[in-house]
Amino acid sequence: MSLVRAETRRLFRRRLTSVLLIGVVLVLAAFAAGTFASNQKATPAQVAAAKQEAMRQYQQAAADAGVQKLRCQAAAPGSAEAADFPPNCADIYTPRPSEFDYAWFLPETFDLRHEFPEMIALFALLMAAAAYLIGATFVGAEWHSGAMMNLLLWRPQRLVVLGTKLGVFLGWLAGATVLLGAAWAGTFRLIAEFRGDTGGMTSGVWQSFGLMGLRGLGLVLAAGAIGFALASLGRHTGMALGALIGLTAVQIGVYVLAGFSGLQFPEAYLVPLWGYVWLYQREVLEDWSCDGVTTGGGCMPETFTMTWQMAGVGSAVVLAVVVGAAMWAMRVRDVN
Amino acid sequence: MTPVLEISGLRKTYRSRKGARNALDGFDMVVEAGQVHGFLGPNGSGKTTTLRTLLGLIQPDGGHMTLLGREVPRHLPEVAGRVGAIVESPQFFGRFTAETTLSLLADAGGVDRGRVPEVLDLVGLRDRAKEKVKTYSLGMKQRLAVASALLKKPTLLILDEPANGLDPGGIREMRTLMRDLSASGMTVLLSSHILAEIQLICDSVTIISAGRRITAGSVAEVLARHDSGAVRVRLEPDTDQEEAARILREAGAQVTVETAGQLTVRDVTGPAQITRLLAQREIYLCELTPIAADLEDVFLELTGTTPVEGHHRQVDENALAASQDGWGR
Ligand SMILES: Nc1ncnc2c1ncn2[C@@H]1O[C@H](COP(=O)(O)OP(=O)(O)OP(=O)(O)O)[C@@H](O)[C@H]1O
Ligand SMILES: [Mg+2]
Repeated sequence: MSLVRAETRRLFRRRLTSVLLIGVVLVLAAFAAGTFASNQKATPAQVAAAKQEAMRQYQQAAADAGVQKLRCQAAAPGSAEAADFPPNCADIYTPRPSEFDYAWFLPETFDLRHEFPEMIALFALLMAAAAYLIGATFVGAEWHSGAMMNLLLWRPQRLVVLGTKLGVFLGWLAGATVLLGAAWAGTFRLIAEFRGDTGGMTSGVWQSFGLMGLRGLGLVLAAGAIGFALASLGRHTGMALGALIGLTAVQIGVYVLAGFSGLQFPEAYLVPLWGYVWLYQREVLEDWSCDGVTTGGGCMPETFTMTWQMAGVGSAVVLAVVVGAAMWAMRVRDVN
Repeated sequence: MTPVLEISGLRKTYRSRKGARNALDGFDMVVEAGQVHGFLGPNGSGKTTTLRTLLGLIQPDGGHMTLLGREVPRHLPEVAGRVGAIVESPQFFGRFTAETTLSLLADAGGVDRGRVPEVLDLVGLRDRAKEKVKTYSLGMKQRLAVASALLKKPTLLILDEPANGLDPGGIREMRTLMRDLSASGMTVLLSSHILAEIQLICDSVTIISAGRRITAGSVAEVLARHDSGAVRVRLEPDTDQEEAARILREAGAQVTVETAGQLTVRDVTGPAQITRLLAQREIYLCELTPIAADLEDVFLELTGTTPVEGHHRQVDENALAASQDGWGR
């Protein structure tokens, strides 16, 4: 327990921890303020006016189509004029009222149900980036400064020391993420109340937001753990940052190689896509090479649906390998 | 007396792309309870490697070690709380204050944080305790390191070059501190290159060279064992010193003629024989002094690191080096 207390104190004594957390809060606040300022609540009069405008535009379009049809029917077959129209005048496009959404004619308004998922993703990505950095410096600076060696003189159980550090960091990270996430959701609920629309918010929708939030939390924790593990492996914060650059290069390499070697969906090997799929539950990858699969001259792409479960398993393997390597190195390495 | 620290046959080979280096090559050491034990050796002889291995920071390739009666590294966690140590100018996280640094260690080791001001006062950092460590001078960092080692009230204190960077006053304070600690029953293992210091404060020493123990024992024993037995002889003025030298040489002694009227005589059975031999030929002495070796002489002789004029000795040149290669053995 004493080690947990020491590591907690150490984590919060680090200036970078507070600087990054405050930075994240400021960016989030700025974003929320921007959303608040650029949206407004539609008044009944504005809604009525927008509906009227939509109706007017529909009628205009329908009238135009009618005129075209008449001209088509009037044109003598084979004449120069007839060449401008399709052979069958009924094929001329006729607009429908549903194609004219009155929302287009309303001022910007925040639709909680449709726009909040994007906000969850934004929050998760921002927190994940901060977590990666905090995790990396928390252990990286420790190694680099020699403080880790001192600590090991006090507590020679290496795995306990590194594991406690990681556990304490992830515990507080989870706490902070849940708290900030709740504040984030509350803020947008209020923004929707005052500057938008809370329509369609059934308990099912809230539940799906909650689940997406949980997956976001998973992403944040994984990013923190990987930053921590890489910095510990390299005994330097910079190692985690270098690894990021290295990984980008490897990713591009893997993508190119997968493409060359004829694998069908090379995008599926991009780890950032896994993060996206993990948050948004699924992504349909398409293969436009159309080897013979053509219907009536068009190309029907083959598709592959990547689900969040697949992305989750893939990421979990990466996470386990990196954290496992860090723990193993901690156990066997010479500390100089 | 029971040994608080025992090492036998310790081996450590550092491996790198350039090959392997035997830093420890069957090293032995014993430190008895209550002693101040000096750990001496030329640069690169394996002192720090020994201490790191003992403290579980690096893994040995062979050998047997016990600390406070427990086998390490296996049982190190059980004894770590009673072993205070600093290893070769330890570094601390620079952005924390001395106070924070020590209180974090105290927390981690389950020691009362209230002891922090006490040890900071002891090493003379009381008034600077609230400043960041990165603003400290070399000697101040070294003092902080000593404070960290003392924080757990250890039974065994292991200090690797604690005097490194200390000012003369600091060195003397360290000497007093060590005496006091030893008087209070603490065992101290001290590695240092300041041999006069070691000779003053240590009860016993171990000398290491090229990863092997070359001598060990109480300071008096080591000095006596390596006493050259040389004697300085001063003759009465106007005596024929060449004649005196010849007489002694005939008796099997090794004689060097120094300045006027002065000889250095080695390999005689004793001062009495010199007086007798010379007196028989009516040569009389006005002074006869045994030349006492000090620790530095013994150290230089044993480790083969006595400077030779016109030669720049390289770090791996020493008494044992002749039989060894460096990298790539
Ligand atoms: N991390 C390492 N990798 C490779 N070789 C090392 C390493 N650490 C030490 N050595 C080598 O091991 C040998 C012993 O080094 P060690 O640091 O134990 O010497 P030392 O007795 O403490 O010397 P000094 O008096 O200079 O502090 C040296 O030859 C050194 O070059
Ligand atoms: Mg050393």
